Amino acid sequence: MKEIRWHGRGGNGAFTAAKLLGLAASVFEGKYSQAFPSFGPERRGAPVMGFNRISDDVITDHSQVYECDCVVVLDETLCDVTDVTAGMKEHAVLVVNTQSTAEQFKKEKNLHNVKHIFTLDATGIALERLGRPIVNTVMLGAALGATQLVSWEALEKAIEDMMGGKLGEINIDVAKMAYDTIKEDATKC
Amino acid sequence: MSKKAFLSANEATAYGVLLSRPHVVAAYPITPQTTLVEKLADFEASGEADFKYMMVESEHSALAAAQGASLMGARTFTASSSQGLLYMCEMLSYVSGARNPIVMADVNRSTSIPWNIYGDQRDALAMRDSGWIMIFVESGQEALDMIIQSYKLAEDPEVMTPVMVNLDGFTLSHTYDLVEIPDQGLVDKFLPPFKTINKFDMENPQTLCQTVGPDFHTEVRVTQQAAFEVAKRKIVEIDSEYGKMFGRSYGGLVEEYRTEDADYVLVAMGSVVGTMRMCVDMLREKGEKVGMIKVRSLRPFPKEYFVSLRNRFKSMGVISRDISFGYEGTLFTEIKAAMLCSSTKYVNYIAGIGGRDIHKNMINGFFEELKEIANGKETAEVKFAGLRWEYGN
Repeated sequence: MKEIRWHGRGGNGAFTAAKLLGLAASVFEGKYSQAFPSFGPERRGAPVMGFNRISDDVITDHSQVYECDCVVVLDETLCDVTDVTAGMKEHAVLVVNTQSTAEQFKKEKNLHNVKHIFTLDATGIALERLGRPIVNTVMLGAALGATQLVSWEALEKAIEDMMGGKLGEINIDVAKMAYDTIKEDATKC
Repeated sequence: MSKKAFLSANEATAYGVLLSRPHVVAAYPITPQTTLVEKLADFEASGEADFKYMMVESEHSALAAAQGASLMGARTFTASSSQGLLYMCEMLSYVSGARNPIVMADVNRSTSIPWNIYGDQRDALAMRDSGWIMIFVESGQEALDMIIQSYKLAEDPEVMTPVMVNLDGFTLSHTYDLVEIPDQGLVDKFLPPFKTINKFDMENPQTLCQTVGPDFHTEVRVTQQAAFEVAKRKIVEIDSEYGKMFGRSYGGLVEEYRTEDADYVLVAMGSVVGTMRMCVDMLREKGEKVGMIKVRSLRPFPKEYFVSLRNRFKSMGVISRDISFGYEGTLFTEIKAAMLCSSTKYVNYIAGIGGRDIHKNMINGFFEELKEIANGKETAEVKFAGLRWEYGN
């Protein structure tokens, strides 16, 4: 069982990313998965979380996620107000949207205990390609590149299925760009 | 063709409603039920469903409207949560006494005050004696399947009693999971259109929803009690028939899991049962003789089943996501009464109230304590689990 936590701010689309990953893993890759948000009221701009469980077997666990194999941070300012590394397993992967390199980011935020950090200027990519700072599909592509939680093909089908048409196309485009970039980084380390 | 989809339990419930082809849906939105009725409104707006979605001004009106439609022979649905269900309270007994086979989803949420939008089962359990059949589900798939099964049960001429399908707020309602949406043609075969003589009809005028004074009141109430006895049998039969047609069944009134040679068992209703399964599996791997029992139907209560359990286990813990102040968790009271004079030692864990997580360590702790209790440890009968500090300190 793999457990994933998404950190974003209300409106970032963090939970949509979790839903896309869950859809890709279950419907399009034949595994079992869950996706759920941090429960409670929704407020634009407030810190929110999303969660995934992915497994080859049926998932009956309905408790919260306490340990993670992967943490994805859609807004780096969250690292100053939340412990984004809480519950990360020893070999867990942290993926952050920032202009800093992984090494710089590790130093800036004092994250020396985290073994695998990947960074990407997702906001830059989103502004350039989507015309809006919506980074969820970019960060989803990046998370997949870092972890191979599901196949690229499954994710592509999930984005197509949920978004469809032109919106689907441009989101697949940015997710693929992030996926390829981070996958290359991941093979280096 | 059936199809697989990635749905929240609220959405899965809405698909169960869509497939059951109701004529009328009357509902008022409330967290955490909102996304369920939004999905139903979407179905109507897109033309996917041909039911009439009635926008009403309150939950009381929602059930009153559903009853009006039901009295015309329509298949009807409503849904609510928490304060909404409590506001519906007056109508619940109108519907059950009039024997209108309405199906409702209650997305379980705590009741105020303290104001709390999160999940527990206090709302439904406060309505225990309203004369509705009460089913509790563990997953979105079970919620979908039980909406379809519930119409068949409610509309059975020997039952003719409304059904409340309970799904935990947030832990189920807002959690997405892989769900199989059954084939409409197959559902149509399983659940034929609703037919009743218990309706307003200009050709056959009759009086419905009568006043009944002391002279015949007991005779009316005995028919309701008898219908619940029939429902006990029908819940099992309908679930088994559903299993043969759709490949999924849930055990009827209760389900036992790994209890064959168990010494210590936990009993619960709703989503926590899924987490308990994992804990039982993990502890079994370590050689612990643990098992669990899932109560699916609170009304009718599986009394005969619990009577049959007398003296079978060394100790039994009941997880309650409610508390009846001045006594104990409602499910605990029911089980103890049925198991009167059993040698089994009991403890009632009040857990998961107001949305507090019931995590795996907590459940493992319950099993550990059940073992100690079986070995003679003395403890309070009713315990609030996971308290931040002991009360009074």
